[in-house]
Amino acid sequence: MSMPSPSSRPRSGLRLLLTGSLFIGGIIPLWATLEAAPEGPKLGVSMPQESIRDLDISVFPDGTGLPQGKGTAVEGKTQFEALCTGCHGVKGSGGSAEELVGRSPLNGARPDQTVGNYWPYATTIFDYIRRAMPLNAPLSLSYDQVYALTAYLLYLNGIVTDTEEMNAITLKAVQMPNRDGFYSVWGNGGH
Amino acid sequence: MNRSPTLPEDDLQPVAGGGLLDRRMFLRHGVALGGAGLGFLAFDVGGADLPLWMKTPGGPLTHYGQPSPFEKEAIRFLSANTQAPGHGVSWTPLHRLEGTITPNGLHFERHHNGVPTIHPEQHRLRLHGLFSKPIQLSLEQLLRYPMISRQCFVECGGNSHAGWHEEPIQTPVGYFHGLASSSEWTGIPLSILLDEAGLQPEARWLVAEGADAGAMNVSIPIEKALDDTLLALYQNGERIRPEQGYPMRLILPGFEAVLNVKWLQRLQAVKEPLMSRNETAKYTELEPSGKARQFTFVMEAKSIITQPSPGFQLKGPGLYQISGLAWSGRGTIRRVEVSADGGRSWAPAALQEPLLSKCFTRFRLPWRWDGAPLILKSRAIDDTGYQQPERSTLIAERGQRGYFHYNAIVAFAVESDGSLRHVYA
Repeated sequence: MSMPSPSSRPRSGLRLLLTGSLFIGGIIPLWATLEAAPEGPKLGVSMPQESIRDLDISVFPDGTGLPQGKGTAVEGKTQFEALCTGCHGVKGSGGSAEELVGRSPLNGARPDQTVGNYWPYATTIFDYIRRAMPLNAPLSLSYDQVYALTAYLLYLNGIVTDTEEMNAITLKAVQMPNRDGFYSVWGNGGH
Repeated sequence: MNRSPTLPEDDLQPVAGGGLLDRRMFLRHGVALGGAGLGFLAFDVGGADLPLWMKTPGGPLTHYGQPSPFEKEAIRFLSANTQAPGHGVSWTPLHRLEGTITPNGLHFERHHNGVPTIHPEQHRLRLHGLFSKPIQLSLEQLLRYPMISRQCFVECGGNSHAGWHEEPIQTPVGYFHGLASSSEWTGIPLSILLDEAGLQPEARWLVAEGADAGAMNVSIPIEKALDDTLLALYQNGERIRPEQGYPMRLILPGFEAVLNVKWLQRLQAVKEPLMSRNETAKYTELEPSGKARQFTFVMEAKSIITQPSPGFQLKGPGLYQISGLAWSGRGTIRRVEVSADGGRSWAPAALQEPLLSKCFTRFRLPWRWDGAPLILKSRAIDDTGYQQPERSTLIAERGQRGYFHYNAIVAFAVESDGSLRHVYA
């Protein structure tokens, strides 16, 4: 499979070129005819970027999408014990769900893959908790609660202190222990 | 036993060890073999009188048909967290199916927090981010777009993961390899919508998000989104079922299923991937070095013998048909070979046409079992030349902790009593 450069996309630009050719000489290059995508009825309703702000709950490693709010591990411990221990166990370990805590070396014998030793980005914790947790009421937590729970998981894994405040600035700056633990197969001959 | 007296001896000469016969034998003899002693009693017609169901009127017409009440074992096997019944998987019973199309009610499931009940009139698909004209679309609008149909498999990246275990799992084939299903999907080439919204050249990924209770999200490389990705609205002719993403889902032929986002509601064009849980903590494969493979999208070639297989019993020596499935996320299956002597010799199986890219391919091969214990295997080769690896080869490359993307050759031991079990051989 090839990785087309952006300029090779046979999309809007192509259609413009096609129209231009027709206008000028009435000749359509064969390659353009072959590559042109079927025309859609273009029924999409224009949507200003601002109007999707409340619906956009993506959080990226560079901090894009992190909302206003803050929390510490001390606050997060209270939230965790109220909301999370049923599945994740006391202190994020020994529950029916994922092991969240542990720093065993990944090249050892069958280590748990936890937030502490495996997850490469702290922003992922926020993104995932906000959209998916708790299972019985996703999207119910306040941003402060999500920051506090994120801080608590980082604290349990020995990555931040219990009083360090997590917010839109500090969270994206957290360096996860396994930040460089992955290599991409896509685009490296693996496809 | 009614052995066929009409078969030329040449056709019963094995072409490989363990009694494997020429793949064209069944084709040459067609129905003549139907009663030719496929290991069953040919004179047993079930009763001496015309059956009862010929003497009383049958059941009424129905609005939506159901399988025969006698086929209760052709069902999905559920593995879910008991505390969260919507969080888990269900497996396609591949061992009870034939052909290449998975019935809609038997397509495997993976839900992260249950099946949402989405009202089609209230659902919107939104395209935003690096687009010159962000848009939203209703289902009613989308149904007016040009559509195409294609048949392809959808396979979970975690399918066959028990193959990494130290001990071979003893379970029917579908409950080991059945996080894979195959359907005809109909929908809108995604490129049409990306074009309409004015995808900007710097966009390299699309973050796709579902409308389930968990807003499952994952990043899709733009090359795939512009290539053969479909916004699917129909599965095997009917509107996609709730557990498959009603009212709309992505289909990325050949890519691991987690990218085929169900209940799709949002596509955000961006420069860098989101690094969501499902592309970092999950669907990555830890190697012995401690490093992990990431963005391992393509499902590599795999083949599975579905009949005979563990859980079934051969009814004594005689003529059987080996039948199975092969597929590759890279392209078309070019060849499937079967061994009945543990891999010492191999015979090419007949491939059911049409051979479709990134789709289940049915293979079959006649086999005369002499009643002795042996090992059955199959291996697939796709049109890129990639050959399904032996288990030892795969483990030498990846270790055993990767969980995802297990595609090694599968072996069954046939015992002298006709039973089968899964083995590492």
